[in-house]
Amino acid sequence: MNPLYVARARTDKIIRFLCLSAAAFGLIWLGLILFTLISKGFAGLSLAVFTEMTPPPGSKSGGLANAIMGSIMMTLIGVGVGTPIGMLAGTYLAEYGRHEKLSFYVRFINDILLSAPSIVIGLFIYGAVVVPMGGFSGFAGSLALAVIVIPVVVRTTEDMLLLVPNQLREAASALGLPRSLVIRRIAYTAARTGLITGILLATARVAGETAPLLFTALSNQFWNVNLMKTMANLPVTINNFVQSPYDYWRQLAWTGALLITLAVLALNIIARLLGTERKSK
Amino acid sequence: MTQQVTDLQINTDMSATPASGTQVREDKLIVRNLDFFYGETKALKNINLALATNTVTSFIGPSGCGKSTLLRILNRMYDLYPGQRAEGEVLLDGQNLLDPKLDLNLLRARVGMVFQKPTPFPMTIYENIAFGIKLYENLSKSELDGRVERALRGAALWNEVKDKLNASGLSLSGGQQQRLCIARTVAIQPEVILFDEPCSALDPISTAKVEELIDELKEKYTIAIVTHNMQQAARVSEFTAFMYLGELVEFGPTTRLFTAPEKRQTQDYITGRFG
Repeated sequence: MNPLYVARARTDKIIRFLCLSAAAFGLIWLGLILFTLISKGFAGLSLAVFTEMTPPPGSKSGGLANAIMGSIMMTLIGVGVGTPIGMLAGTYLAEYGRHEKLSFYVRFINDILLSAPSIVIGLFIYGAVVVPMGGFSGFAGSLALAVIVIPVVVRTTEDMLLLVPNQLREAASALGLPRSLVIRRIAYTAARTGLITGILLATARVAGETAPLLFTALSNQFWNVNLMKTMANLPVTINNFVQSPYDYWRQLAWTGALLITLAVLALNIIARLLGTERKSK
Repeated sequence: MTQQVTDLQINTDMSATPASGTQVREDKLIVRNLDFFYGETKALKNINLALATNTVTSFIGPSGCGKSTLLRILNRMYDLYPGQRAEGEVLLDGQNLLDPKLDLNLLRARVGMVFQKPTPFPMTIYENIAFGIKLYENLSKSELDGRVERALRGAALWNEVKDKLNASGLSLSGGQQQRLCIARTVAIQPEVILFDEPCSALDPISTAKVEELIDELKEKYTIAIVTHNMQQAARVSEFTAFMYLGELVEFGPTTRLFTAPEKRQTQDYITGRFG
């Protein structure tokens, strides 16, 4: 056989082996993380986790109810505040500002915000909101999460709108639709699943954020749904409990970590399902 | 304002030969001394022609000759993009539609367009049609139903979709989608319909249906069609314009242009010697 072909076939095999090994190496760690979480967290799962408050030091009972509630509230508010801003900015980039100089700067700054360490955003909110307002609060925590949501939604909104073929916009314009209707009725509808996927992924992203909540929402040992007070949340509770000397606290930390992971996993799966549904259409 | 097609009025450029003498027709659209630029590039050079009311005019020529560009001027589609500009005059019933103050949405309601690729909107078949109507008219549900049905019948699609009006427009075949787009355009009752290679993505049977449709539509509308298919131009149109490198080489009755072209370039193109 042609020696050149044999050499090429061998190189192909080697490269394929290297790629597979790299993929397996990455997956092993992911598997280990999931395995550890499930084996350690599952044991602590009980009804009390969802009904009782985070325990005081030394207590042998208690749950995560206040932290779960706080996480849900702050995540929803953060996403609720960040999504409209992000979508409007993304719409500007993809629709109105496509040929504008301003878009270039907005996109550049958005990319910086997208990759900014979340602790920096936490510090910013601490300086801009917590200090002037005179204390930690769920409100400040929600704002910090919103700031993280915005660049994610800006990016996905722009990307998804850019996937909408221009012919569709032209066809709509050819019927005499004003620009705003072309965007709202045609472009948004065509990109709907992609836009929803982006919001779900942004939700998953902030659901597990710890750093921006550390010095904004802080934590709270008691049930609290007042946004003006400190608010318990899963990530910070995990952070505090896992470093504690109490076995029961550490067990709760594992359980909390499992809950977050499952919630994020569920959001990702929903997002993925929506994405494939769209492709198969 | 109405005009008759005479040698004098059509243009001063003798390279474009109008439909002379035999029939007296009114001109719906008159293009005068039209230049078009993509940035610095001049894509159309001094175009002069007229579309006669209730006729089909086809535009032929090799790729890049400017025929689609010309069509996209007639409804100011080029205005969606920066850096493109037209100079000269395009008169629709005497009104210059290159006027920068013109309301583009109202213009596009009068001059409809059907594109190369079928572009159904991501909504139901019914909504695809009703959507455009609702922009301009406030109709009751039953009136709207009637208009949708009439538009779909007008596009020879009603019998195929009447039992699935709530299905997605995207669920139709390519040929049906294109007829849906035609129905959508007809539904808002324009005066002129522009077809930009409407059959290039369709199979022969769908093409035949669309061509039949165009033939029926000219009863009510003034039609311009860009096509790469010379047989199609010969089949559907009364007048044909041959364009080459941004210039209108020859313009006249289709039968004459295809049987006795006056220009060498036209003859070479229609006999397949270049293009």
